[in-house]
Amino acid sequence: MSKILVLAEHDKGTVKKLTLNTLLFARQLAQKTGGSVDIAVLGHGVGPVAEALRGFGAGTIHVADHADLAYPLAGPYAKVLADLAKSTGAKVVAATASSLGKDVLPRVAARLGAGMASDVVALVDTKEGTAYRRPVWAGSLLADVVIDSPVHVVSVRSSAFDAAEAVGGASPVQAFAAQPDLAKARVRFVKFDGVQSTRPDLAEASVVVAGGRGLKPEKGGFGVIEPLADLLGGAIGASRAAVDDGYCPNDYQIGQTGKVVAPQLYFAIAISGAVQHLAGMKNSKVIVAINTREDEPIFKVADYGLVADAFVAVPELVEKLKAIKS
Amino acid sequence: MKILVSAKRVSDPNARLNISRDGKWIEGDVEYILNPFCENAIECALQLAEAHDGTETVAVGIGDDETARFIRQGALARGVDRGILVEADEAVIDSDVIARIYQGLCERERPDILLLGKQAIDGDSNQVGQLVAEYLGWPQATFASKVEIQGDEVIVQREVDGGLETIALTMPCVITADLRLNEPRYASLAGIMKAKKKPLDELEMDDLDLDSTDPKVRVVAMSTPAGRKAGVMVKTVDELVHKLKTEARVV
Ligand SMILES: Cc1cc2nc3c(=O)[nH]c(=O)nc-3n(C[C@H](O)[C@H](O)[C@H](O)COP(=O)(O)OP(=O)(O)OC[C@H]3O[C@@H](n4cnc5c(N)ncnc54)[C@H](O)[C@@H]3O)c2cc1C
Ligand SMILES: Nc1ncnc2c1ncn2[C@@H]1O[C@H](COP(=O)(O)O)[C@@H](O)[C@H]1O
Repeated sequence: MSKILVLAEHDKGTVKKLTLNTLLFARQLAQKTGGSVDIAVLGHGVGPVAEALRGFGAGTIHVADHADLAYPLAGPYAKVLADLAKSTGAKVVAATASSLGKDVLPRVAARLGAGMASDVVALVDTKEGTAYRRPVWAGSLLADVVIDSPVHVVSVRSSAFDAAEAVGGASPVQAFAAQPDLAKARVRFVKFDGVQSTRPDLAEASVVVAGGRGLKPEKGGFGVIEPLADLLGGAIGASRAAVDDGYCPNDYQIGQTGKVVAPQLYFAIAISGAVQHLAGMKNSKVIVAINTREDEPIFKVADYGLVADAFVAVPELVEKLKAIKS
Repeated sequence: MKILVSAKRVSDPNARLNISRDGKWIEGDVEYILNPFCENAIECALQLAEAHDGTETVAVGIGDDETARFIRQGALARGVDRGILVEADEAVIDSDVIARIYQGLCERERPDILLLGKQAIDGDSNQVGQLVAEYLGWPQATFASKVEIQGDEVIVQREVDGGLETIALTMPCVITADLRLNEPRYASLAGIMKAKKKPLDELEMDDLDLDSTDPKVRVVAMSTPAGRKAGVMVKTVDELVHKLKTEARVV
């Protein structure tokens, strides 16, 4: 029986939804390998997080509660997660390929002598056993990789897996005596400047309205797409060019080097559709593109394309959507 | 101070990629460029060296002989002092072997800062910096968008989910560059001329006393993702609304 240990992510005492996608990945893997799934909760004052996860069918929820884990610094976090993996005999350690997962997991792999597969989107059966499928070259190709070390470390691309449903029951919660050794880590948390938003989280939203460099501030900028996002309860995203030019926060960037999303409905507004942008959104269910130039690559992936000036078409779209909604 | 910085060669992301006959990598006449994140790392190293007198900068490339050209043109011509090429076959090694090579190099060169890119845009792994930091027992700051030295600490602003984080590291440490860290400079003509005479050491993996050079991750198959079905162009906003409502049923 091989055990899979999933790192839960949380924010202000609540489990991040993306953790549930990673849990589904773990369930699929457990089914293939005949293993079981445990959950690791690291942090300070994280009792409620563990409690909220009890209905998801985990064998055990391990809680490492320590003042030195109050802020997720890679060194101490990796040490505790690796110690936990060792003490529970976990064969696979998995986490969401979020900025936290990407920061911490390779260090866990180094501590465990494990090979790591990043951004896994599927499990595939091969002659050499279960392989992890992962996009490479900005998603132009898919590589199926096998890991030869006894322990595997995997970061999971959440947009490729649905959220795991609760299954009932009450997993036992067990305290783990964490030794983060923060004092030895030579790193100090200084501050966090969060982006304030009342909209849903980009990676979790079912509608994403993304703007590009065509949304020039002097013409109204991202202000033109906000009413559309508000109307549809969507999140706002952006191309790298829009972020680089300061139209919106960094955290909005979608693509190879930003967030990867796959909502039910994606609007690409004044975005040309460079491969690096497509890497972050081309698996959306329905894609709508609005662009003044008809020959842009974005129209090759769009389900519905409209050649129009965004500053004219988007306000009209908002009015007409309101009309059919009322 | 001494900074070790990466100069990795990658195939041009805009070129057409063909899967190799054994199905495990790519082949054909691909154009190469310097990994964009390495350009940011190199620029950061040069700016730190300019701000702190007596800093030595050393660029590292791991790959075949062709990699030397990218160390010279991408790093030395821009102002990096010297280069090291470690010969390896990139089609068979993984991020972990690269990290162990860097570990060996750091034990030899003893830099104060190892500056890498946050990811290589071919394998898109985003692992090497974190792995080598753990192997060396050094602190790390990944996804850096601002780097500043204050006393014996390096203050790094990081691009993370939900905002910007600032952490302080004590040297020696590992930093991985994000794209917004800086605007990489162009090499000047004088720089290109000078680069020809700058030292560039060539090493084999065996020169580095690594515990092992076996990869842990192997590609067993490559494939092309299924493309999207062609969509339709609509003429008006009304038509778009109609399709979204009755055909896609998403509004
Ligand atoms: C290593 C690397 C990583 C990268 N990572 C990412 C990434 O993660 N995400 C990402 O997005 N990019 C990324 N890029 C950048 C990418 O290559 C493109 O430069 C970028 O996506 C372009 O953004 P854009 O489409 O907004 O801008 P542009 O390409 O400039 O396109 C602007 C579009 O707006 C249209 N337009 C102008 N005015 C209007 C109007 N009034 N109404 C409607 N349309 C209008 C124009 O026709 C044009 O199509 C990366 C690049 C590199 C090298
Ligand atoms: N072959 C290589 N030569 C030099 N540096 C490399 C090489 N491969 C990876 N790196 C460095 O490690 C970073 C992360 O790579 P990866 O983890 O493979 O995405 C890159 O941005 C480079 O800075």
